[in-house]
Formats: sequence, C-alpha cells, structure tokens
Amino acid sequence: MAKDNIDPGRRKALTTGTAVVGGVGAAVAIWPFLSSMNPSASALAAGAPVEVDISKMEPGQQIQEIWRRKPVWIIRRTPEMVETLPKLTEKLRDPDSLEESQQPAFAQNEIRSIKDEYLVLIGICTHLGCSPEFKPVPGEVGATWLGGFYCACHGSRFDLAGRVYKNVPANKNLEVPPYHFISENRILIGMTEDEAKA
Amino acid sequence: MSEQSTGLLGWIDARFPLSKMMREHLSEYYAPKNFNFWYFFGSLALLVLVIQILSGIFLTMHYKPDAELAFASVEHIMRDVNWGWLIRYMHSTGASFFFIVVYLHMFRGLMYGSFKHPRELIWLFGMLIYVALMAEAFMGYLLPWGNMSYWGAQVIINLFNTIPFVGEAISEWIRGDFVISDATLNRFFSLHVIAVPLALLGLIVGHILALHEVGSNNPDGVEIKKTKGADGIPLDGIPFHPYYTVKDILGSVVFLAIFAFVIFFMPEMNGYFLEHANFDPANALNTPDHIAPIWYFTPFYTVLRAIPDPFLGFMMMAMAIVVLFLLPWIDRNPIKSIRYRSTLFKVNLIIFVITFIILGYLGLKPVTDLYSQLALRFTELYFLFFFVLWAYSKPRSGGFWIGSFIVLLVGITAYDFLVNSSEQPDLIWKTWVIPAAYLFITLLLPQFTNWDAEKQVPERVTS
Repeated sequence: MAKDNIDPGRRKALTTGTAVVGGVGAAVAIWPFLSSMNPSASALAAGAPVEVDISKMEPGQQIQEIWRRKPVWIIRRTPEMVETLPKLTEKLRDPDSLEESQQPAFAQNEIRSIKDEYLVLIGICTHLGCSPEFKPVPGEVGATWLGGFYCACHGSRFDLAGRVYKNVPANKNLEVPPYHFISENRILIGMTEDEAKA
Repeated sequence: MSEQSTGLLGWIDARFPLSKMMREHLSEYYAPKNFNFWYFFGSLALLVLVIQILSGIFLTMHYKPDAELAFASVEHIMRDVNWGWLIRYMHSTGASFFFIVVYLHMFRGLMYGSFKHPRELIWLFGMLIYVALMAEAFMGYLLPWGNMSYWGAQVIINLFNTIPFVGEAISEWIRGDFVISDATLNRFFSLHVIAVPLALLGLIVGHILALHEVGSNNPDGVEIKKTKGADGIPLDGIPFHPYYTVKDILGSVVFLAIFAFVIFFMPEMNGYFLEHANFDPANALNTPDHIAPIWYFTPFYTVLRAIPDPFLGFMMMAMAIVVLFLLPWIDRNPIKSIRYRSTLFKVNLIIFVITFIILGYLGLKPVTDLYSQLALRFTELYFLFFFVLWAYSKPRSGGFWIGSFIVLLVGITAYDFLVNSSEQPDLIWKTWVIPAAYLFITLLLPQFTNWDAEKQVPERVTS
C-alpha cells in the first residue's frame, strides 16, 4: 500500500473508536464480578424474626440472642437503672435519639424502649463493630459511671439506654432493632408491631 | 561480551534470552562495592516470600475455607497432618518475619536516601508491595477462624463504614454479608491464596526491574555509574554474582537460624505472632476483652484510635501510609546518605524510629487516659517528622525556622483547647511537652546551633 493512500484522520478515528468500544465492553464485563461479591440472595433471606421468652429474666439481668447473625441484647432494667437516664443528658451526644437510623420511631426517646423495664439493643458498637460489655455497677468504669455499656476495643461508653457519651470514638447510639411484645413475656425481634399487622 | 554458547545452553539461547538475562541481572549487574549489613534485607524479603509461598501451598492442601470447618481444619493441620505443625508455624512466623524484614528494608531506604532521584519508582513499587503485603496478612489472619481473627476482621472492615454515604455499602460488599460470615471467609481465602500473591509477584518484578534499570544506591549515596573505567564498568561496582549472591547466602543462613529458633521454641511469641484469643473459635456473641491487631499493624491502629472522630481517624490512618508514598517528593535534599546529612537529620530520624515503636506499643494496649493522650502526641510526632524532613531539604532562613515553630506549636495547642479532652485534664498539658520539645529541637536548633551543618559528599564510595 502506498503511503499517500493513508488517511490519518480516518485511521485515528477507527483506532479511537475501537479503543473506546473495547474499553466500555471491558468495563461492563467487570460488573458481574464486582456484583457477585455483594450479599447473596441467601444472605439477604437469612433475616427471619426471632422470638424470645423473657419470663425467667431477673431484674438487672442481660440475655443475648442472635438475629441476622448479630448479637441482640435484652436487659431487664431495675427502676434504679431507669432513674439514671435523665441524669445523663448533659454528657451524651444524642440524648433524645434524633439520629433516625439508630432506632424505630417507638424508641426515639430517653428510655429507647417500649417498656421502661425491657431494653432491647443490637450489641454491636457503632464505632467499629466490637461487642461492648454490660457494666451495670455504678463506678465500674471510672468514678462517675452510672452503669451502662463499655466497649473495651476503643473505649466507647454507652448509658443504660444504649445512648453514646460525648468524646468517645463511637458517634451514634447503639441500634435498637425493630421488635414488639407478642404477649406479656414474649418478644419478637425483627419486626415492629405495625409491620407484624401489615 | 558476545561469546556464543554451544550445546543445550546454546540451543536455549537461540530461542530464549537465558544467558542474556543471567548476565543483565546477575553476573554483569554491577552493584556498589560498599554494601553493608542493611543491604541484606532485600534478598531476605525475597527469601521469606519463597518460604510463604511454599508453606502456603502445602497448608492449602489441608485447610478448609468454610466457617463450619476452618477452625477444626487448622487444628487438624496442627495435630494430625504429618509435619503440619511445622508447615503452619513456618507460615505464621514467616508472616511476622516478613514485616520485620520489610520494615528494616524500608528503614535502610530512609537512612541512605534510596528513594531519591532517580529511584522514586523503586520506592513506589516498594510501597505498593508493602500495602499488598498488609492486605495479604490481614486476609490470612481471618483464615484460622479464631475469635481474634473474627473480631479483628470485623473492626478493620467496619473502618469502611465510617466513609460518609457509601461506607456501609462498601463494607457489605467486602464482607458479602451483613456480618463477617462464611461468605467473607471464602473470599478472603481466594484473595489470600490467588489474587494478592499474584499481584505481589508482579510488583516485586517491577521493583527489581526498576532497581536494575537505575542501579543500586549505597551507604555513601554516591552514584557509581558516574565514574566508569575504560571498559565501561563502574569503578566502584562489583558483579552481583558471585559477590553479593555469596554475601546474601551468609545473610540467609543467619536469618534462617533465627527463624528456625522462633519456629521451634517460640512460634506464638507470647501472643505477639499468634494472639491467645485466636485459640478460641470465632464467636459472634463474644468480643475478646481486648482487641489488638497483630503487631505489624499497631502503629497505624494507634493513629486511628488517637482521633476521636471515626471517619477522621480512618483518614489519618490512611494518610499515615499515603505520606510514605510521597517521601521522594518530601525529602528533596540532594544529599542521599545519612552519613553526610546534618546532626539534626539523624536526631529527627532516631525520634521517628522511636515514635514508630511507641505507636506500635500503644496499639497493643487497651485505651486508658494516659495512653490515648500519648497516642495523640506520638501521632503528632509521626506526621511532624515528614514536615521536618521537608524543612531540612535546603538551607532556610531564621524567619522560616521560628515562624514554622510558632505556627505548628500554636496549631497543636489550639487542637488541645478545641478538640482534645481527657478525664484527667492535666495529662493534656503534661504530654503537650512531647510535641513542644520535638518542635524545639528540630525547628529552633538549626537557628541557634550548627547542628544543621551537612558534610561534603565524596566523589567515590569510601569503603
């Protein structure tokens, strides 16, 4: 082929066009691989509600259940424990639970529960996901401690309603899962009352 | 040299550049004649890589990447598989030794300015290797499916949660589930065994090719290619093979003796190489009392914990690694080797090493008032090191030294007033002395002493 027959503009357009089409094709081909790493259909389906019997709980006791493979705590608070809650407003980052993602609407208050006595929380620290420890004894974590949850991993503190203190690594209250009482002594974790009726 | 080889080698050479490659990278690769102790660690890193790949292949023959079976399969390797305990301890000890060797290798680079022009790309390849190695180690640590594996991975993956808006989707994508689960274990196995080792090998080839393109640095920081003999060979160079291959064999023997001692007598290193909590199977309900990453991550973990805001803490931790990538453009002083740098450069480097070790120590400890203040102070020192390194790039005016001293000290103090808090406020002011003293030494002494005097770099290597 003689050199003067070459049309550089046409050649460049073809090269660029091939590269662009090939590049887009390669980029699209990545998608199935990336998407395959997302939670699978079975992982999504493994979220069935869990029923818990609380008739044998002692005042001040904590029990643990598993819902969606996360630890869920139920704490039977004594009246003294509930009395500590209003005293802490000053020290807390979000005392009125304004952060909506952290609880269903029924728990958007000081006690963060349906009944004063029973607190239900997802036992995962909102900082980096350790499971905090239940430290109900006043003074157990520092002199001013009134009882609550302490995460040993990075030192986050929460009160007896799972509300986070100021100046700790976690910046959100512990999450309250959707739940409701199906009878006096039975809780269904994973569904609010409205959802159950629907 | 154009000798024509005959026989089998000749047959191969006509079809594949075997002799040519041997000459280019070994027998006619001229390395400076003055390599010292610190130059063992490059070849030792390669040795550990080989150990990890070989032991890894045999572990994979017996390990089961399944949440139900993984923990028991590791116990099976330890108890039932012939020599399984040895192969597994080689692999677990090898991981820690890899980082020991790599940290010393990087420190060598810092000391002798090996990252400077024209070796910036070698440094960048090296940093990518370091990051890939951290990923490899992190994913490998999940595989035994012990309780520390589980919760360590939980904490590290949740770091991505702190990214605004997309964080949660990213961490779900990494885990393949809403919590660490079988899906996570399975993919970490795949990445640990195939993806990251492949990437590592490619990066190492890049690292070595870039090195052989520009030639090795040396303890004097002199470019040996500048003074060549009549034959075109650098006067201060000796062929890598046989001189340095023999030297490196000596290094390997000593290294392997130490390595074997650890494998046989202290493979857990009292909880530092294999953490005690990892001898319990993973339990989603029970976080170990104290989660500490394995020792080679702890300096960066301390930086993370030093900042109260989760996302900022994550960013600072990432910055602590990113800033290392930028080193060739931070330290712009034309003098490469520590031998000819100023006294204050040496002081700064020593303080940096101490800082790094203290950060590492703090990352192993639970959070207390004192430790969280110290974590903040040494995080400040970690980053200030790079500022000072940049400041020492060229002669500066008195106004520069005093001005930057004041600006930085005011900045640190302002942070204490506005953000820093502690149950024991006096700790804030007691530990404030640490960065203040550091800034005094590194930024005011150049103005008031001659400790910033640099020495003349010789034309040729000295020993």
